[in-house]
Amino acid sequence: MAINNNNSSDHSVQKFGIRTLGIYILLVIWALINLFPVYWMFTFSLKTNEEIFGKNLIGLPWEWRWSNYASAWNTGNMPRYFVNSVIVSASAIALVIIASMMATYAITRLVWKGSAQTNAFFMLGLTIPIHASIVPVFITLRDLHMLNSHFSLIFPYAAFSLAMGILICTGFMVEIPKELDEAARIDGCGPWKTFGVVIIPLMKPALATIAIYTFLQCWNELMFANVFISDSKFKTLPVGIQALSGQYTTEWGPIGAALVIATFPMLLVYIFMSKRIQESFVVGAVKG
Amino acid sequence: MKKKAIVNYINVFLFLLPALALFIGILIAPIIKSLYYSFFNWNGMGAMEFIGLANYKELFTSKAIGFLKALRNACVLAAFSVFIQLPLSLGLALVLGRGIKGERPFLSIYFMPVLISTVVIGQLWLKIYNPDYGLLNSALNGLGLNSLTRIWLGDVKTALVSVFIPTLWQYVGYHMLLMYAGVKGVSPELREAARIDGATERQVNKYIVIPSIKPIIKVSVIFAVTGSLKSFDLIYVLTNGGPLHATEVPSTVMIEMLFQRNRYGMGSTIAVMMIILCFAFALLISRAFKEND
Repeated sequence: MAINNNNSSDHSVQKFGIRTLGIYILLVIWALINLFPVYWMFTFSLKTNEEIFGKNLIGLPWEWRWSNYASAWNTGNMPRYFVNSVIVSASAIALVIIASMMATYAITRLVWKGSAQTNAFFMLGLTIPIHASIVPVFITLRDLHMLNSHFSLIFPYAAFSLAMGILICTGFMVEIPKELDEAARIDGCGPWKTFGVVIIPLMKPALATIAIYTFLQCWNELMFANVFISDSKFKTLPVGIQALSGQYTTEWGPIGAALVIATFPMLLVYIFMSKRIQESFVVGAVKG
Repeated sequence: MKKKAIVNYINVFLFLLPALALFIGILIAPIIKSLYYSFFNWNGMGAMEFIGLANYKELFTSKAIGFLKALRNACVLAAFSVFIQLPLSLGLALVLGRGIKGERPFLSIYFMPVLISTVVIGQLWLKIYNPDYGLLNSALNGLGLNSLTRIWLGDVKTALVSVFIPTLWQYVGYHMLLMYAGVKGVSPELREAARIDGATERQVNKYIVIPSIKPIIKVSVIFAVTGSLKSFDLIYVLTNGGPLHATEVPSTVMIEMLFQRNRYGMGSTIAVMMIILCFAFALLISRAFKEND
């Protein structure tokens, strides 16, 4: 019996070793599948058509043609698109942070009837597809002559991230002990002062999470930007890249360069803040 | 005392004001307006003609609009997501979540595609699928499999699958991350106890881990299905609904109605249908998960 036992455990150790190896092989293959297109994008952004089209399909570029980047950057209005994306995203982030912090304070800290219902109302925003409002918003903006402006994107983007902003804020705000509010009240602070002096300073981690979440939504959004913006002065990166690839159908290098320019800042931030960024995606889904 | 209550309500209102203004102004009011427009025949500029439910009737019967086909495509994408993408995500989450060496770097690599703009991913895959110079056909030629090369996005038979693959590529990491967070939340004592009782890794997963992350799996299924119903960006970049409407989805039909044919009433009808379908599917999925308990 004892021998038998030994045998089977030996056997399972060996089997475990092979299984683990198998798992690692699969994990590495999947990692390569994830990385390879990005690697390929990076290398073809530095190649000539001749190389991309067959002579040097997947290797490193023979000669690193940074001139592709120069042509993408200079001819395609990329700097403009880049700045527009930054302006739109940053403004939307600021709006979401202000609106969701204030609303969450009213919902979780002030005492009044209807706070639960108000919260449920805002949470509808998590399920509503953004397409649902595109027609009326388009018509309103058109009638107000506000198409082709930064505002035409900032407000919709902020509205669409708001529900998540409130959800994230709530998660963080309920952790702040109510005694702090009490103490502030005894010291003679009204709700506004309590909000400004006690709550806001303690909400910094929530702000980062909201900012990351909103940023990703805005930076990558295509549908609204595509419909609301036709003037290249106001195009954001996704729309700009679409336009650029229309201009450069035959020359792949500069398109690759434009794709890398649009992706690089994100990846750079990700390398330094991967954990934080991942958390900001998890918070909403797991709590909702 | 009464004055204090009034002041309190004024404060509540002022704190809520920015969020309410944004939310109602840009989400709720427009949705109600969409519903209103959907009862009209309207080109966006001139007079509006009330036609009752005629738009809805036309939407579901007209072959020219092809909404049913678009809906079918969206359902196919949803099925691909639920039955291919999510199991893959779950598998990765289970493996990484039990604390394997190199867990963090793998996790970070798998999640990376989620952060890349869909337009960039679309453009990149356009190049991969390019019939003449693309990576895929070149690789097939290189391997001597010339017969397998195709005009991937231009062939009615392969277009929908070709659109799905980049979606899979981009979002496996997202669902994996959600599930991974759940797997990490399973108490290590419970796991240990099961293992001491002689449970294999597979049994631990089946009887302990998966049941306890069911709420997250539910969220993932809802996101995958409603995400497919709403899908736009990648399809717009890769095929814009073509070839011959083989990859049309509700939102590409909507955009076409609005901006190519100036049919604002019909576009609104599609928008309304999309909200209804998203809510209906979310509800249905929640129900199905509840019954399973």
